[in-house]
Parts: sequence; structure tokens; C-alpha cells
Amino acid sequence: MTTASILVSEGPHPPSRGMVAMSCLIIGESAIFTLFIVAYVFFMGRNVSGPTPAILSPPWVNTVCLLASSFTVLFAERAIDRGQMKRFAVLWAITILLALKFLAGTATEWRDLIYNHGLTISVNVFGTTYYSLVGLHATHVILGLIMLSVVLGFTLTGHVNETHAERIKVLALYWHFVDWVWVAVFTTVYLIGR
Amino acid sequence: MADQTFPVPSPLNTERSGNAAFLEWLHSWVVTVDHKKLGILYIVYALLFLVVGGAEILVVRIQLAFPWSGIVSPGVYNQLFTMHGTTMVFLMGMPILFGFGNYMVPLMIGARDMAFPRLNALSFWLTAFGGFLLYFSYIGGFGLYGMGNAPDVGWFAYAPLTSKLITPGHNTDYWALSLIVAGFGTLGTAINIVATTICMRCKGMTLSRMPLFVWLMFVTSALTLVTITPLTAAQIMLEIDRYLGGHFFDPVGGGSPMLWIHFFWIFGHPEVYVLVLPAFGIANEIIPVFSRKPIFGYTAMVAASVGIGFVSLTVWAHHMFTVGMSAASNSFFVLSTEVVGIFTGIKIFNWIATMWGGRIQFTTPMLFCIAFVFQMLIAGLTGIMLSVAPWDWQLHNSYFLIAHFHYVLLGAIVTCVFAAFYYWYPKAIGRKLDERLGKWHFWLFLLGFHITFDIMHWVGLDGMPRSIYTYPADRGWQGMNIIITIGAFIQGIAVLIFVWNMIWSRWHGEIAGNDPWDAWTLEWAAPSPPPPYNFANDPVVRSRRPLWDIKHPNDPDWKYEP
Repeated sequence: MTTASILVSEGPHPPSRGMVAMSCLIIGESAIFTLFIVAYVFFMGRNVSGPTPAILSPPWVNTVCLLASSFTVLFAERAIDRGQMKRFAVLWAITILLALKFLAGTATEWRDLIYNHGLTISVNVFGTTYYSLVGLHATHVILGLIMLSVVLGFTLTGHVNETHAERIKVLALYWHFVDWVWVAVFTTVYLIGR
Repeated sequence: MADQTFPVPSPLNTERSGNAAFLEWLHSWVVTVDHKKLGILYIVYALLFLVVGGAEILVVRIQLAFPWSGIVSPGVYNQLFTMHGTTMVFLMGMPILFGFGNYMVPLMIGARDMAFPRLNALSFWLTAFGGFLLYFSYIGGFGLYGMGNAPDVGWFAYAPLTSKLITPGHNTDYWALSLIVAGFGTLGTAINIVATTICMRCKGMTLSRMPLFVWLMFVTSALTLVTITPLTAAQIMLEIDRYLGGHFFDPVGGGSPMLWIHFFWIFGHPEVYVLVLPAFGIANEIIPVFSRKPIFGYTAMVAASVGIGFVSLTVWAHHMFTVGMSAASNSFFVLSTEVVGIFTGIKIFNWIATMWGGRIQFTTPMLFCIAFVFQMLIAGLTGIMLSVAPWDWQLHNSYFLIAHFHYVLLGAIVTCVFAAFYYWYPKAIGRKLDERLGKWHFWLFLLGFHITFDIMHWVGLDGMPRSIYTYPADRGWQGMNIIITIGAFIQGIAVLIFVWNMIWSRWHGEIAGNDPWDAWTLEWAAPSPPPPYNFANDPVVRSRRPLWDIKHPNDPDWKYEP
């Protein structure tokens, strides 16, 4: 008995589920950020009382640190692809340090705004929208930082190797999003809104 | 020997007392990551809330049957319609459709499970917790007078009604938090279905061979990604207003209630399509099988669905014509809304063309689908009427609007969901639902539905506004309201027959076998109910109707498909 050969086109290799899922999450997150940015722009110049955006000064150093961390993660991804685990660990640690620097910068900035300028979340619509938008982003940085730290912990105890490159890249994708959505937040708040 | 004195428990000791067996059974459902069990959990959860939400609206209907009836106080009345709306959209509509998606999508594409089984379980339990939070407000949401207090701000919760000043207590917070939590659950499921559809298809299952239900769930899930997240963002802003003293929606502090209305409908209108697209998907599966013909215009169906997905993101402000917008915005939203009618029209023609010349079998699922096509048509036509801004100025927030969207929600979506139960119950349970009870369910529901909602158009045209807890006797609304209430109770009886059918057939239904409907999609190739691994061998697909190919090796579909 002859069997007919079954012609099934293999088609292109499907993308990894992790990357698809993270991309979906990023699409959803973008919608959340869009609404907060829209709210910020909507209330721009509609302050009735209290401090105005003129008191803000653009956190350039912070911004450079955060964007640099996107590149260190990128190099870390390349390192783990090649199995250079020491290099990966160092780059990963630098990423975490840069993120910590960013958060520390935000903390200092907020302290200054609260104590020297009297800007709090409830003082006027500028305070409400500013702290909500920048705080939303900072929350994402903190969440990312927690996940980055978990990976660093596993790396230092020798539990991460090049077989985990796929998963590392999923996390890295999230981190790239957190870094580059800051460009939108920064442009809205510190460049256009001031 | 010494070690022979140890009593060795038999590993085959499967005889347990009833209690232990029950605990084991319960445990298996709580810890499950199986997409089929989670699908059933979603559906049972949603059915529970269907009964709860239905009971709430029956109280509303008793209240409205007579002028000045005073069955419930205005405060309780507000809670009832708020809880009814919120329950039916978030705790009934979405979970039941995502439940079917959960159960069917992996089976239909020949996969072992969803892409992320554990995320799937997390999503369900988040949704379940959201529902619990909402109803916990009855005892936990202490209001001004220290009594249990459900949310009473309407399901759209317009600002500034939600401000701390106007609505003290925690009931609005329960509403917001429960929807945030359930929203994360929905987001997880949506991500899961998108990833499953993209990455888990079996060999040969190209996108152009995917069953239309899977296509529709895919479009729905992709749409959900950008639909449910704006609601989450708006709810977070609302909570910032309520707990941190923010001013997003608070006009006293310089905020804007308009912003809430925009944000809510940016979520709220695509949400309608999130609910209706899976219903279209169900009809796309059932109508061809019982017409004994392949679906007419597969490509057009996919294109129209994707089209609806995109256009639905640009129509939200047709809920806001009466709020007052510029002529240019009004025109834009009138036109974009009417474009949706074109896509839906394509679908209706395709369903009719599928039935045309087919050997139609009038089984219960098919009856529901035929009713669906015509009710969707009427719902679409009143939708076009309401999309015309001047018409909307007259009838917005009247019972005409209520009748229109209940035609969509009940006449189209719930009708399709009932069809899906009769169609897929044999697959999930292994027994068919009883046809005789099914026919009773169908005809009573159809009768009750039309008595209620056809009349409701007229009472709306006569000027009865929505959300009023009573009305004076001299308005001429009373006769119609009694009829509407009678219709609502007929629907209630029909739903009880359905629930009884589900329970009765679980033990006494006709044994279904793998393929009771002689259908063509992959889920019917698996045993009923499917084993945890779904398919013993990975299926290989060569056309849109893989089971047809197996049943008709001399005349397979792949000879004719591109």
C-alpha cells in the first residue's frame, strides 16, 4: 500500500510565545500611558491656583541614565547569546545601578518639589497629573527593577546560562519599553508642558 | 526479615470516603491549569452571575411595572441597575465568552493547551476575585449611614457623581477596585489567547485555515488589549481622586468630568465589540454545520472582523452627542459609527448566503443562530438610527436606547451564547442537552425577549427616560411597562429551564460521542469530554474543514482551497 505524501507547508517558524505575550502587554501598557499623557496634556495650562509647570527642570542626567540602561541590557542580551556569563552579569548589574540612579533622581526631584515648591498630588490639577504620570512610569521602573534583581540573583548563584536567553530577552523587551516610554513622558512633561 | 514488619500502604488504595473524594475533586478544580477546566470554571462563574444579574433586573422590572409602586426605595433602585449593568458586562458577558474561548481555541487549532496555562489560571482567579469584591460591597461598602452599600453610580459612573463629596463611603471604591482586578484578569486572558493563536497552531493550521471562531477570539483579544487598559487607567485616576485628593474628574478643583466621559467610552464602546465579536464567531461555527455547507465568504468574514476591530476604536463619542460637541466631531463620529454598519452588513449577508440553498437542520443551536441573525439585523438598524446625531439628541438615554443595546446584548450576544451551549455542551460533558427542553427554552426566550424589548422601543419613543425609579401615572407608559415586565419574567422562566436542562442533561442526556453534529472543525476529532492532553497525536490540517477531509477521503476540501 502506498501512502500519499502529505504536503504540509511548514511555514515560517512561529515567534516565541514569551515575546508575543510581552509585546501584547506592551500594547496594553501603551494604552494606559496614552491615557495618562492625554490627561496631562488636557490639563496643561488649566491650573487655577498653586505651582505651575514652570518650577520643573528637565532631569537630563536621569534621562541619560535610563536610556543608557536600555543599551546595557541590549549588550547583556548579546552576551548571553554567546554564553559569556561573566560579561552578562556585569552588564546586568550596571543596568540595575542605572535604574537605581534614575529612581534616586526622581526621589530627589519630588522631595524638592514637595518641600521647596509646595507641589503635592492634591494641590492642583498640575500636581495631580504630574505625580500620576511620572509616578506611573516610576512604578514600572520599580517593577522592572524587582524582576531585573531576581535575574541578577540567579545569575550570581550560577543558575542562569545561555539556555535562558529566550526568557532574558522577554524581560529585556519589557525593560526597553520602560526606558523608551520615558521619552514620551519626558517630552510631554519637561519639554512641551513647561 | 525485619523490614517486613512495616505496614506498607497500598499505592492502589483509591477507595476513599465520600468526604475525602469530594476534597480531592474540589482540589483538582482549584489548582487546575487545564484550559478546559478553566473554561468550565469561567462559564459556571458567569452563569452564576447571569442568574444574580437577572434577578436584580427582575426586581427593577417589578418596580417599574406600575407608577409609584414603591417596591424598592430610590437608593436601592440605583444600586440594582448599577449592579445589573456591571455584573452583566464584566462578570457575565466577558467571562462567559472568554470561557468558551479558553475551552475551544486550543482544541480548534489542535494545541495541547493555551500558551501560558498558569497565567490562564491566574487570570481566572483574578476575575473571580473581582466579582467577589463587587458583591462584597453589599456588606463591606459602608455608606453614609453605616449600612452595607452597593455601588449606585450607574455602570458608567459619570463624574462628578463618583466624587468623595457626592458619594461618600466605599461603595464606589469597591466598584472601581473590582473592575481593576477583573480587568487584569481579562488582560491576562487576552494576552494568552493572542499568544496561543499565534504560536500554538498545529501543523498545517495556517491563518487562512483557522476556524472563524478562533479568528474572532483572536481579534477580540487583540482589541481587549487596548480596550480594557483605558478603563484600568481611568479607574486608577478615579481612585487617585478619591483617596489621594487628586482633581482629574473633580470640577471644583479644576478637573473635568468630560474627561471621565471620554475615557469611559474609549473603553466602553470597543467593549461592545469585545462582547459581540465572539458571538459572531459562535454563529460562524454553528450556521455552516447545520446548513450542511461551508461558510460563505470566509475571507470577507475575516476582513470584516478585523475591520470592525479597528473602526470600533474610533466611534466612542457617539455616546456623547448630547454632551455637546462641535459639529465637526459630531459628523466624524456619525460617519465612523455608520462604517461599522457596513462591516456588520457584510457578515449578515454572509450568514444568509451560508444558509441559502443549504439543507438546514433546525436543531436548538441552529434555531438560536437564526434568531440571532435577525435580531442582530434589527439591533444594527436601531444602532444606525441612534448614530445619527439629531435623532440621538431626541432619544439618547431614553428606553429606545436601552432597547437598542439590549437587542445587541441579549438578542445577539446571549442568544449566540445559548447556541454555543447547545452546540458545545456535548463536547465538554459527553452528553447532549435535551432537545425538548431546548426547544421550550428557545421559544419561551424568543417570546419573552420580543415582548420585552420590542415594546421597550415604543415606550422610549414615548419619552420614558432610563434610570428613573418610578414615573407618574398620567404619562401613558403604564400599559407598556406591565407588558415589558411580563416579558422579562417569561425570559426568566426560559433561563431557569435552560439551567435545569444543563443540570438534568449532565446525568441523563443522550450520550454524544465524539462528533454528534457531523461537524468539521478539530475539536470534534477529540473524545468527548477531551482528555487533559486533548489529542493523542498532533493533528495535521490541510484545509479549513479537517474533519471533512477525514470523512470524505475521495473528495477532500484541500483539492479546492487555494
